[in-house]
Amino acid sequence: MLPSRFDYHRADTLDEALDLLATHGDDAKVLAGGQSLIPMMKLRFAYPGHLIDINRMPGLDQIAEQDGELRIGALVRHNALAASDVVQAKHPTIAATAPQIADPIVRNLGTIGGSLSHADPAGDLGSTMLATGASVVLTSKARGERVVPIGEFLVDTFTTSAEPDELLTQIRVPTPGAGSGGTYLKLERKIGDWATVGVAVALTMSNGAIGRAGLALTGVGLKNIEATDAEHAIAGAEPTDEAFAEAGRKAAAAASPVADVRGSEEYKRHIVEVYVRRGLAQARDAARAA
Amino acid sequence: MQITVTVNGTARTADVEPRMLLVHLLREEFGLTGTHIGCDTSGCGACTVLLDGTPVKSCTMFGVQADGREITTVEGLLEGGQPSAMQAAFKEHHGLQCGYCTPGMMLVGQALIDRNPDPSEEDVRWAISGNVCRCTGYMNIVTSIQAAAEATREAAAQPASA
Repeated sequence: MLPSRFDYHRADTLDEALDLLATHGDDAKVLAGGQSLIPMMKLRFAYPGHLIDINRMPGLDQIAEQDGELRIGALVRHNALAASDVVQAKHPTIAATAPQIADPIVRNLGTIGGSLSHADPAGDLGSTMLATGASVVLTSKARGERVVPIGEFLVDTFTTSAEPDELLTQIRVPTPGAGSGGTYLKLERKIGDWATVGVAVALTMSNGAIGRAGLALTGVGLKNIEATDAEHAIAGAEPTDEAFAEAGRKAAAAASPVADVRGSEEYKRHIVEVYVRRGLAQARDAARAA
Repeated sequence: MQITVTVNGTARTADVEPRMLLVHLLREEFGLTGTHIGCDTSGCGACTVLLDGTPVKSCTMFGVQADGREITTVEGLLEGGQPSAMQAAFKEHHGLQCGYCTPGMMLVGQALIDRNPDPSEEDVRWAISGNVCRCTGYMNIVTSIQAAAEATREAAAQPASA
Protein backbone atom coordinates (compact mmCIF):
# COMPACT_ATOMS: atom_id res chain seq x y z
CA MET A 1 0.00 0.00 0.00
CA LEU A 2 1.27 3.45 -0.86
CA PRO A 3 0.38 6.65 0.94
CA SER A 4 -0.83 9.55 -1.15
CA ARG A 5 1.83 12.01 -2.32
CA PHE A 6 3.35 14.48 0.11
CA ASP A 7 6.21 16.94 0.30
CA TYR A 8 8.94 15.63 2.58
CA HIS A 9 10.83 18.01 4.86
CA ARG A 10 13.66 16.98 7.09
CA ALA A 11 13.89 19.33 10.06
CA ASP A 12 17.37 19.16 11.54
CA THR A 13 16.69 21.76 14.23
CA LEU A 14 13.74 22.76 16.41
CA ASP A 15 13.65 26.16 14.67
CA GLU A 16 13.32 24.53 11.28
CA ALA A 17 10.51 22.26 12.48
CA LEU A 18 8.61 25.16 14.05
CA ASP A 19 9.05 27.27 10.90
CA LEU A 20 7.69 24.44 8.78
CA LEU A 21 4.74 23.94 11.14
CA ALA A 22 4.02 27.68 11.13
CA THR A 23 4.02 27.68 7.32
CA HIS A 24 2.18 24.44 6.54
CA GLY A 25 0.01 24.23 9.66
CA ASP A 26 -3.09 22.18 9.08
CA ASP A 27 -1.75 20.38 6.04
CA ALA A 28 1.34 19.02 7.81
CA LYS A 29 2.02 16.01 9.98
CA VAL A 30 5.11 15.49 12.10
CA LEU A 31 6.95 12.23 11.42
CA ALA A 32 8.57 10.84 14.56
CA GLY A 33 8.70 7.03 14.87
CA GLY A 34 5.98 6.74 12.26
CA GLN A 35 4.69 3.49 13.73
CA SER A 36 1.10 4.75 13.80
CA LEU A 37 1.26 7.59 11.27
CA ILE A 38 2.71 5.56 8.39
CA PRO A 39 0.09 2.77 8.69
CA MET A 40 -2.61 5.48 8.82
CA MET A 41 -1.15 7.06 5.67
CA LYS A 42 -0.91 3.71 3.89
CA LEU A 43 -4.57 3.05 4.67
CA ARG A 44 -5.34 6.62 3.47
CA PHE A 45 -6.90 7.51 6.80
CA ALA A 46 -4.31 10.28 6.88
CA TYR A 47 -3.09 12.15 3.81
CA PRO A 48 -1.01 15.13 4.88
CA GLY A 49 0.35 17.35 2.11
CA HIS A 50 3.56 17.87 4.06
CA LEU A 51 5.53 15.52 6.25
CA ILE A 52 8.01 17.03 8.69
CA ASP A 53 10.61 14.46 9.72
CA ILE A 54 12.05 15.32 13.15
CA ASN A 55 14.01 12.10 13.64
CA ARG A 56 17.40 13.78 13.22
CA MET A 57 16.65 16.71 15.48
CA PRO A 58 19.18 16.64 18.36
CA GLY A 59 18.19 16.99 22.01
CA LEU A 60 14.71 15.50 21.91
CA ASP A 61 15.82 11.98 22.87
CA GLN A 62 16.94 12.76 26.41
CA ILE A 63 15.52 11.54 29.73
CA ALA A 64 16.50 13.69 32.71
CA GLU A 65 15.34 14.60 36.21
CA GLN A 66 14.83 18.28 36.94
CA ASP A 67 12.80 20.20 39.54
CA GLY A 68 11.14 17.08 40.97
CA GLU A 69 10.02 15.90 37.54
CA LEU A 70 11.13 13.40 34.98
CA ARG A 71 11.56 15.21 31.68
CA ILE A 72 11.22 12.89 28.73
CA GLY A 73 12.11 14.17 25.26
CA ALA A 74 9.39 13.63 22.68
CA LEU A 75 11.69 11.49 20.52
CA VAL A 76 12.52 8.95 23.23
CA ARG A 77 11.79 5.52 21.71
CA HIS A 78 9.72 3.05 23.71
CA ASN A 79 12.64 0.65 24.09
CA ALA A 80 14.85 3.45 25.40
CA LEU A 81 12.15 4.42 27.89
CA ALA A 82 11.92 0.79 29.04
CA ALA A 83 15.71 0.57 29.45
CA SER A 84 16.13 3.90 31.29
CA ASP A 85 17.70 3.50 34.75
CA VAL A 86 15.81 6.43 36.26
CA VAL A 87 12.50 5.15 34.89
CA GLN A 88 13.15 1.71 36.34
CA ALA A 89 14.25 3.11 39.69
CA LYS A 90 11.61 5.77 40.30
CA HIS A 91 8.71 5.48 37.85
CA PRO A 92 7.16 2.02 38.21
CA THR A 93 4.03 2.79 36.18
CA ILE A 94 6.05 3.93 33.17
CA ALA A 95 8.53 1.07 33.64
CA ALA A 96 5.66 -1.41 33.52
CA THR A 97 4.05 0.23 30.49
CA ALA A 98 6.95 0.72 28.10
CA PRO A 99 7.80 -2.97 27.49
CA GLN A 100 4.12 -3.74 26.78
CA ILE A 101 3.65 -1.24 23.97
CA ALA A 102 3.12 -2.86 20.55
CA ASP A 103 5.95 -5.33 19.86
CA PRO A 104 9.76 -5.19 20.25
CA ILE A 105 10.42 -4.09 16.65
CA VAL A 106 7.82 -1.32 16.75
CA ARG A 107 9.28 -0.19 20.09
CA ASN A 108 12.65 0.36 18.39
CA LEU A 109 11.16 3.24 16.38
CA GLY A 110 7.95 4.31 18.14
CA THR A 111 8.29 7.41 20.32
CA ILE A 112 6.51 8.69 23.42
CA GLY A 113 5.71 12.04 21.79
CA GLY A 114 4.33 10.40 18.70
CA SER A 115 2.27 7.93 20.66
CA LEU A 116 0.68 10.64 22.82
CA SER A 117 0.09 12.94 19.83
CA HIS A 118 -1.63 10.10 17.98
CA ALA A 119 -4.17 10.01 20.85
CA ASP A 120 -5.39 6.51 20.14
CA PRO A 121 -7.81 5.46 22.92
CA ALA A 122 -6.10 2.07 22.77
CA GLY A 123 -2.69 3.70 23.30
CA ASP A 124 -1.01 2.58 26.51
CA LEU A 125 1.00 5.69 27.33
CA GLY A 126 -2.01 8.01 27.47
CA SER A 127 -3.38 6.11 30.45
CA THR A 128 0.00 5.98 32.12
CA MET A 129 0.43 9.72 31.78
CA LEU A 130 -3.06 10.34 33.20
CA ALA A 131 -2.42 8.06 36.17
CA THR A 132 0.94 9.68 36.94
CA GLY A 133 -0.35 13.25 36.59
CA ALA A 134 1.95 14.13 33.69
CA SER A 135 1.99 17.21 31.46
CA VAL A 136 3.19 17.82 27.92
CA VAL A 137 5.20 20.75 26.63
CA LEU A 138 3.89 22.22 23.38
CA THR A 139 6.24 24.51 21.50
CA SER A 140 5.47 26.95 18.70
CA LYS A 141 7.22 29.77 16.88
CA ALA A 142 4.51 32.26 17.74
CA ARG A 143 3.88 31.51 21.40
CA GLY A 144 6.95 29.71 22.68
CA GLU A 145 6.35 26.92 25.20
CA ARG A 146 3.19 26.06 27.08
CA VAL A 147 2.76 23.26 29.57
CA VAL A 148 -0.54 21.38 29.26
CA PRO A 149 -1.83 18.73 31.71
CA ILE A 150 -2.25 15.44 29.84
CA GLY A 151 -5.98 15.36 30.60
CA GLU A 152 -6.41 18.63 28.68
CA PHE A 153 -4.14 17.44 25.88
CA LEU A 154 -6.00 14.20 25.08
CA VAL A 155 -9.30 15.61 23.84
CA ASP A 156 -10.92 12.85 21.85
CA THR A 157 -10.17 9.89 19.59
CA PHE A 158 -7.11 10.84 17.50
CA THR A 159 -7.57 14.44 18.66
CA THR A 160 -5.37 16.55 20.92
CA SER A 161 -5.47 20.18 21.99
CA ALA A 162 -2.20 20.95 20.17
CA GLU A 163 -2.56 23.80 17.69
CA PRO A 164 -1.49 23.13 14.09
CA ASP A 165 1.72 25.14 14.56
CA GLU A 166 2.70 23.39 17.80
CA LEU A 167 5.17 20.57 18.32
CA LEU A 168 5.06 18.30 21.36
CA THR A 169 8.65 18.56 22.57
CA GLN A 170 8.68 17.10 26.09
CA ILE A 171 6.69 15.08 28.61
CA ARG A 172 6.96 15.96 32.31
CA VAL A 173 6.11 13.41 34.96
CA PRO A 174 6.16 14.28 38.68
CA THR A 175 8.62 12.08 40.55
CA PRO A 176 6.60 9.92 42.97
CA GLY A 177 7.47 10.42 46.62
CA ALA A 178 8.62 7.79 49.09
CA GLY A 179 6.14 4.98 49.64
CA SER A 180 4.94 4.85 46.05
CA GLY A 181 4.11 1.95 43.78
CA GLY A 182 2.56 1.54 40.39
CA THR A 183 1.97 -0.78 37.49
CA TYR A 184 0.35 -1.18 34.10
CA LEU A 185 -1.80 -4.23 33.49
CA LYS A 186 -2.70 -5.00 29.89
CA LEU A 187 -4.88 -7.69 28.40
CA GLU A 188 -4.11 -8.38 24.75
CA ARG A 189 -4.88 -11.31 22.48
CA LYS A 190 -1.28 -11.44 21.33
CA ILE A 191 1.79 -9.22 21.52
CA GLY A 192 1.36 -6.32 19.12
CA ASP A 193 -2.43 -6.30 19.24
CA TRP A 194 -4.27 -3.30 20.60
CA ALA A 195 -5.18 -3.57 24.26
CA THR A 196 -8.47 -5.30 24.96
CA VAL A 197 -8.21 -3.47 28.26
CA GLY A 198 -5.32 -1.66 29.92
CA VAL A 199 -5.19 -0.22 33.43
CA ALA A 200 -2.54 2.21 34.68
CA VAL A 201 -2.07 2.52 38.43
CA ALA A 202 0.07 5.05 40.33
CA LEU A 203 -0.27 4.91 44.10
CA THR A 204 1.41 7.00 46.78
CA MET A 205 0.95 6.09 50.45
CA SER A 206 0.85 8.64 53.23
CA ASN A 207 1.22 7.56 56.88
CA GLY A 208 0.00 4.08 56.01
CA ALA A 209 -3.10 5.34 54.22
CA ILE A 210 -3.64 6.04 50.54
CA GLY A 211 -2.29 9.47 49.72
CA ARG A 212 -2.74 9.81 46.00
CA ALA A 213 -4.22 7.18 43.71
CA GLY A 214 -3.94 7.64 39.95
CA LEU A 215 -6.06 5.30 37.84
CA ALA A 216 -6.59 5.40 34.08
CA LEU A 217 -8.05 3.06 31.50
CA THR A 218 -7.02 2.01 27.99
CA GLY A 219 -9.21 0.75 25.19
CA VAL A 220 -12.56 1.19 26.90
CA GLY A 221 -13.76 4.55 25.61
CA LEU A 222 -13.31 7.28 23.03
CA LYS A 223 -10.06 8.28 24.69
CA ASN A 224 -7.89 7.21 27.61
CA ILE A 225 -10.12 7.61 30.65
CA GLU A 226 -9.01 8.82 34.06
CA ALA A 227 -11.18 6.99 36.61
CA THR A 228 -11.62 10.03 38.85
CA ASP A 229 -14.55 8.65 40.88
CA ALA A 230 -12.48 5.63 41.76
CA GLU A 231 -9.47 7.80 42.63
CA HIS A 232 -11.52 10.04 44.93
CA ALA A 233 -13.28 7.09 46.55
CA ILE A 234 -10.06 5.72 47.98
CA ALA A 235 -7.95 8.84 48.55
CA GLY A 236 -7.23 8.99 52.29
CA ALA A 237 -8.66 5.51 52.89
CA GLU A 238 -6.89 2.52 54.36
CA PRO A 239 -5.30 0.46 51.55
CA THR A 240 -7.48 -2.58 52.09
CA ASP A 241 -8.71 -5.11 49.58
CA GLU A 242 -12.24 -3.83 50.24
CA ALA A 243 -11.23 -0.29 49.30
CA PHE A 244 -9.57 -1.57 46.14
CA ALA A 245 -12.66 -3.59 45.24
CA GLU A 246 -14.73 -0.42 45.57
CA ALA A 247 -12.27 1.40 43.29
CA GLY A 248 -12.58 -1.45 40.79
CA ARG A 249 -16.37 -1.13 40.72
CA LYS A 250 -16.21 2.64 40.28
CA ALA A 251 -13.61 2.35 37.51
CA ALA A 252 -15.73 -0.25 35.72
CA ALA A 253 -18.63 2.20 35.86
CA ALA A 254 -16.42 4.92 34.34
CA ALA A 255 -15.46 2.70 31.40
CA SER A 256 -17.57 2.85 28.25
CA PRO A 257 -16.32 -0.04 26.17
CA VAL A 258 -17.84 -1.27 22.94
CA ALA A 259 -18.20 -4.91 21.99
CA ASP A 260 -15.81 -6.07 19.27
CA VAL A 261 -13.76 -9.13 18.33
CA ARG A 262 -11.79 -8.70 21.55
CA GLY A 263 -14.81 -9.14 23.80
CA SER A 264 -18.23 -7.96 24.89
CA GLU A 265 -18.90 -4.75 26.74
CA GLU A 266 -19.63 -6.72 29.90
CA TYR A 267 -16.41 -8.71 29.61
CA LYS A 268 -14.28 -5.59 29.22
CA ARG A 269 -15.92 -3.89 32.21
CA HIS A 270 -15.24 -6.98 34.24
CA ILE A 271 -11.58 -6.91 33.25
CA VAL A 272 -11.36 -3.24 34.25
CA GLU A 273 -12.76 -4.09 37.68
CA VAL A 274 -10.36 -7.00 38.19
CA TYR A 275 -7.31 -5.14 36.88
CA VAL A 276 -7.93 -2.04 39.00
CA ARG A 277 -8.28 -4.17 42.10
CA ARG A 278 -5.24 -6.27 41.24
CA GLY A 279 -3.12 -3.32 40.12
CA LEU A 280 -3.81 -1.36 43.30
CA ALA A 281 -2.92 -4.35 45.46
CA GLN A 282 0.35 -4.82 43.55
CA ALA A 283 1.13 -1.11 43.85
CA ARG A 284 0.41 -1.14 47.59
CA ASP A 285 2.63 -4.17 48.14
CA ALA A 286 5.43 -2.57 46.11
CA ALA A 287 5.08 0.69 48.04
CA ARG A 288 5.34 -1.14 51.35
CA ALA A 289 8.37 -3.09 50.18
CA ALA A 290 10.16 0.02 48.92
CA MET B 1 14.63 12.93 -3.92
CA GLN B 2 18.24 11.75 -4.21
CA ILE B 3 19.31 9.48 -1.34
CA THR B 4 22.33 7.36 -0.48
CA VAL B 5 21.87 4.32 1.72
CA THR B 6 24.56 1.86 2.77
CA VAL B 7 22.98 -1.53 2.14
CA ASN B 8 24.86 -4.59 3.34
CA GLY B 9 28.06 -2.57 3.43
CA THR B 10 27.75 -0.98 -0.03
CA ALA B 11 26.67 2.62 -0.63
CA ARG B 12 23.71 2.71 -3.03
CA THR B 13 22.06 5.79 -4.46
CA ALA B 14 18.52 6.17 -5.74
CA ASP B 15 16.18 8.93 -6.82
CA VAL B 16 12.90 8.15 -5.10
CA GLU B 17 9.50 9.60 -4.30
CA PRO B 18 9.29 10.43 -0.58
CA ARG B 19 6.27 8.15 -0.24
CA MET B 20 8.24 5.09 -1.34
CA LEU B 21 8.47 2.69 1.60
CA LEU B 22 11.84 1.28 2.58
CA VAL B 23 10.73 -2.24 1.66
CA HIS B 24 9.95 -1.13 -1.91
CA LEU B 25 13.25 0.73 -2.13
CA LEU B 26 15.09 -2.45 -1.19
CA ARG B 27 13.10 -4.81 -3.37
CA GLU B 28 12.35 -2.72 -6.45
CA GLU B 29 15.17 -0.17 -6.67
CA PHE B 30 17.97 -2.31 -5.29
CA GLY B 31 16.68 -5.72 -6.39
CA LEU B 32 17.04 -7.24 -2.92
CA THR B 33 13.95 -9.44 -2.80
CA GLY B 34 15.00 -11.36 0.29
CA THR B 35 13.06 -8.82 2.33
CA HIS B 36 9.45 -9.96 2.21
CA ILE B 37 6.18 -8.07 2.34
CA GLY B 38 3.78 -9.91 4.62
CA CYS B 39 0.83 -8.13 6.19
CA ASP B 40 1.86 -4.66 4.94
CA THR B 41 0.26 -3.23 8.11
CA SER B 42 3.16 -3.41 10.62
CA GLY B 43 1.90 -6.55 12.30
CA CYS B 44 3.89 -9.53 11.04
CA GLY B 45 7.60 -8.68 10.93
CA ALA B 46 8.29 -10.41 7.58
CA CYS B 47 9.77 -7.15 6.23
CA THR B 48 12.17 -6.69 9.16
CA VAL B 49 15.60 -5.28 8.30
CA LEU B 50 18.33 -3.84 10.51
CA LEU B 51 18.69 -0.04 10.61
CA ASP B 52 22.14 0.72 12.03
CA GLY B 53 21.97 -2.74 13.61
CA THR B 54 18.49 -2.38 15.12
CA PRO B 55 15.46 -4.30 13.81
CA VAL B 56 12.79 -2.15 12.12
CA LYS B 57 9.80 -2.96 9.95
CA SER B 58 10.68 -1.77 6.45
CA CYS B 59 7.00 -1.50 5.49
CA THR B 60 6.61 1.14 8.21
CA MET B 61 9.44 3.46 7.28
CA PHE B 62 10.01 5.60 4.21
CA GLY B 63 13.08 5.01 2.07
CA VAL B 64 14.07 8.67 2.44
CA GLN B 65 14.38 8.13 6.20
CA ALA B 66 17.24 5.71 5.51
CA ASP B 67 19.29 8.37 3.72
CA GLY B 68 22.83 8.29 5.12
CA ARG B 69 22.16 5.27 7.29
CA GLU B 70 23.10 1.59 7.21
CA ILE B 71 20.63 -1.13 6.31
CA THR B 72 21.25 -4.85 6.66
CA THR B 73 18.95 -7.22 4.79
CA VAL B 74 18.95 -11.01 4.83
CA GLU B 75 21.30 -10.95 1.82
CA GLY B 76 23.80 -9.18 4.08
CA LEU B 77 23.97 -12.11 6.49
CA LEU B 78 26.09 -14.12 4.01
CA GLU B 79 29.74 -14.28 5.04
CA GLY B 80 32.10 -14.56 2.08
CA GLY B 81 29.37 -16.19 0.02
CA GLN B 82 28.74 -18.79 2.71
CA PRO B 83 25.77 -19.05 5.07
CA SER B 84 26.38 -17.31 8.38
CA ALA B 85 26.05 -19.12 11.69
CA MET B 86 22.43 -17.89 11.88
CA GLN B 87 21.56 -19.14 8.40
CA ALA B 88 23.33 -22.47 8.96
CA ALA B 89 21.48 -22.96 12.24
CA PHE B 90 18.07 -22.37 10.63
CA LYS B 91 18.94 -24.97 7.98
CA GLU B 92 20.34 -27.49 10.48
CA HIS B 93 17.49 -27.19 12.99
CA HIS B 94 14.58 -26.84 10.55
CA GLY B 95 13.88 -23.30 11.67
CA LEU B 96 11.60 -22.81 8.68
CA GLN B 97 8.96 -24.48 6.60
CA CYS B 98 7.61 -22.10 3.95
CA GLY B 99 10.38 -19.59 4.60
CA TYR B 100 8.28 -16.46 4.33
CA CYS B 101 8.99 -15.16 7.85
CA THR B 102 12.57 -16.46 7.85
CA PRO B 103 14.49 -13.34 6.75
CA GLY B 104 12.84 -11.32 9.53
CA MET B 105 13.38 -14.08 12.08
CA MET B 106 17.07 -14.42 11.21
CA LEU B 107 17.72 -10.68 11.33
CA VAL B 108 15.95 -10.29 14.68
CA GLY B 109 17.92 -13.30 15.91
CA GLN B 110 21.17 -11.77 14.67
CA ALA B 111 20.45 -8.43 16.34
CA LEU B 112 19.68 -10.31 19.56
CA ILE B 113 22.87 -12.37 19.67
CA ASP B 114 24.97 -9.35 18.68
CA ARG B 115 23.75 -7.77 21.92
CA ASN B 116 23.32 -10.87 24.04
CA PRO B 117 25.67 -13.72 23.04
CA ASP B 118 23.94 -16.29 25.26
CA PRO B 119 20.18 -15.63 25.16
CA SER B 120 17.81 -17.78 27.20
CA GLU B 121 14.73 -19.31 25.58
CA GLU B 122 12.74 -16.52 27.21
CA ASP B 123 15.07 -13.88 25.72
CA VAL B 124 14.62 -15.37 22.26
CA ARG B 125 10.85 -15.67 22.52
CA TRP B 126 10.64 -12.06 23.72
CA ALA B 127 12.87 -10.86 20.85
CA ILE B 128 10.82 -12.60 18.15
CA SER B 129 7.46 -11.66 19.64
CA GLY B 130 6.98 -9.10 16.85
CA ASN B 131 7.49 -11.70 14.12
CA VAL B 132 4.71 -14.03 13.05
CA CYS B 133 5.34 -17.57 11.78
CA ARG B 134 2.33 -19.57 10.60
CA CYS B 135 4.18 -22.85 10.01
CA THR B 136 6.53 -23.88 12.76
CA GLY B 137 4.91 -23.11 16.08
CA TYR B 138 8.18 -21.27 16.81
CA MET B 139 9.88 -24.21 18.57
CA ASN B 140 12.54 -24.73 15.92
CA ILE B 141 13.03 -21.01 15.37
CA VAL B 142 13.91 -20.61 19.05
CA THR B 143 16.21 -23.65 18.84
CA SER B 144 17.88 -22.27 15.72
CA ILE B 145 18.61 -18.85 17.22
CA GLN B 146 20.04 -20.42 20.38
CA ALA B 147 22.15 -22.80 18.26
CA ALA B 148 23.44 -19.85 16.20
CA ALA B 149 24.37 -18.07 19.43
CA GLU B 150 26.26 -21.13 20.61
CA ALA B 151 28.08 -21.56 17.27
CA THR B 152 29.00 -17.89 17.30
CA ARG B 153 30.39 -18.14 20.85
CA GLU B 154 32.39 -21.21 19.89
CA ALA B 155 33.78 -19.54 16.76
CA ALA B 156 34.78 -16.51 18.83
CA ALA B 157 36.64 -18.78 21.25
CA GLN B 158 38.68 -20.40 18.43
CA PRO B 159 42.03 -18.96 17.31
CA ALA B 160 41.61 -16.53 14.41
CA SER B 161 43.49 -18.85 12.03
CA ALA B 162 40.94 -21.68 12.45
